[in-house]
Amino acid sequence: MIEIRWDWILNHLDDVVDKTWQHLILLLIPMVVGFAIAFALAILAMRRPGTVGPVTAVTGLLYTIPSLAAFAVLIPITGLTLMTAIIPLTTYTLLILYVNTVAGLRSVPPEVNEAADAMGYTHTSRLLRVQLPLAVPLIMAGVRVAAVTTIGLVTVSAIIGGQLFGGLGQFITEGLQTDFDTKIYLGAMGSVVLAFLVDGALVTLQRWLTPWARARSEVP
Amino acid sequence: MDDARGASATSSGATIEFDHVSKHYDTATLKSGGPGAVDDLSLTVPAGRICVLVGPSGCGKTTTLKMVNRLIEPSSGRILIDGVDITDSDVTELRRGIGYVIQQVGLFPHQTIAQNVATVPRLLGWTSDQQRDRSDELLSIVGLEPGKYHDRYPSQLSGGERQRVGVARALAADPHVMLMDEPFGAVDPIVRERLQNQFLRLQEDLAKTILFVTHDIDEAIKMGDLVVVMQQGGKIAQAGAPAELLAEPASEYVARFVGADRGLKRLSLYRVGDVELQQAPLAHVGESTRDLRHRSRAADLDFVLLLDGSERPIGWVELADLPPGGRISEDHADPMSPLLDRRTTLKDATSRLLDEEVRNGVVVDRDGRVQGLLTLRAVMDWMRDDRSREVPADVAGAIAETATALPAAVARVEEASRVDA
Repeated sequence: MIEIRWDWILNHLDDVVDKTWQHLILLLIPMVVGFAIAFALAILAMRRPGTVGPVTAVTGLLYTIPSLAAFAVLIPITGLTLMTAIIPLTTYTLLILYVNTVAGLRSVPPEVNEAADAMGYTHTSRLLRVQLPLAVPLIMAGVRVAAVTTIGLVTVSAIIGGQLFGGLGQFITEGLQTDFDTKIYLGAMGSVVLAFLVDGALVTLQRWLTPWARARSEVP
Repeated sequence: MDDARGASATSSGATIEFDHVSKHYDTATLKSGGPGAVDDLSLTVPAGRICVLVGPSGCGKTTTLKMVNRLIEPSSGRILIDGVDITDSDVTELRRGIGYVIQQVGLFPHQTIAQNVATVPRLLGWTSDQQRDRSDELLSIVGLEPGKYHDRYPSQLSGGERQRVGVARALAADPHVMLMDEPFGAVDPIVRERLQNQFLRLQEDLAKTILFVTHDIDEAIKMGDLVVVMQQGGKIAQAGAPAELLAEPASEYVARFVGADRGLKRLSLYRVGDVELQQAPLAHVGESTRDLRHRSRAADLDFVLLLDGSERPIGWVELADLPPGGRISEDHADPMSPLLDRRTTLKDATSRLLDEEVRNGVVVDRDGRVQGLLTLRAVMDWMRDDRSREVPADVAGAIAETATALPAAVARVEEASRVDA
């Protein structure tokens, strides 16, 4: 039977908060940077469809690199700094964010694009005012998958990161080293709860961004 | 020209001229079922009129339409709006000045109905108050209560409602020219009929210059002041007023396209009020039967139409059934033959006469007062004589100009009666 020492957890709440905060930082920075890169590439894809193939291939290749290997390979280059975690975490988000953003922008029905052209939208305003809002559901689907994946990868990065990065994952590595179950479960369950909360927040954000999608179910 | 909502509205539209316009596609594009080619098309659409391009799919009618707002660029030739080459102005400027309605509507799903309608005003930089006022006004015009529809999204509307919003959006910046590609094609026949009628009523006030594409010849005849029948390869087979196409198709192709029932279709172009009505023998409630009998014997009548005190018809009275003395009452009248409105089309009117197996229908005015009788014979006589009538001068001019480019020269023009009505 597993025995969780709640008293230990209560006595180390400061530590829990710190590591959760670090986990969030390591989620936020790669997501923001990754989204910015993927979005720029997706905009490029709308102008030059020929770029989709190569960009998908490269981001796909980056995605296949095992995460532990990536962290390890970077240590000689970046040293044991936050960048060692942030760079791979960012590249892992690219594929899903890029593919979903392109799919979202392309999901706009042809008659809607045609109407926008015929009304006198310029190319740029059509992209920003018509295609982008309509791409939100697919973009957000990508963001949710990327966010949950990143939370998991941050946990894994603790194996390399020691005290420096790894967020809640550090509890797991420490727990394993000291054979202390409470820490292992704290790290594991903490990561899961964090993933649920972040996903829930993103769903709320998506609903707020797409009021028209909600309207569909409300029959007037 | 700026006032688009004048009551008489002779011309708030602008003429559209196609000057030897061609659009060629390579064979790969054509095989992929893309837009049809257009071959050396010359056509003038008079200001304030509806010109319908009709033909089978692939005949280039949609290509022709889309060249006007430069969604498709012609391979050669020029298109002029009010004499100005459309390539002279900036393409987005041009498009903001042209209303555009398509079958799939293409409303922006993420915008409310009010935002959709105000699309072009917003692009033109109107203030949000102006945009709101304009979208409210237009929703009312197309028969959608602004307060109710304003904040809804397109997904919450029926197909017919969406089409109306599409029309409202196209009208938002008060364009002189409207392009409509099968605008009522995606709704069921009953809704389509209603939308067509509503649009024709609107057009009486708006008098936009409208280029209208359809594959449905009945819709073409109903909507068009000028109907252009196109055939494969993007050529004009015949251009003319609807009545003319029906009465004198220029070729076997046009005759087949117009259909074997074109005589019946012609009936739908005219209204009861166009035909000379016959005087009905009348009697009033309360009249003495003796007087009436004297009167009718002199005129050799068997039936008279009984009216109430306000000249509204009650029914037919057979003289043989009348009692020898006393006064006529409502009880003596047989049920009514069909009551016809002056605005009923001849097609609907004759159909009702045939349905009820009677020779004539009683025509009444708006207040229900009797105007006269419509007989089947009068309808036939009128159809026979109708070719001597004239089309409005601008439509005739456009047809004549267009006709110079046609194989079959159009010698005679007929009335597009709906324009007069």
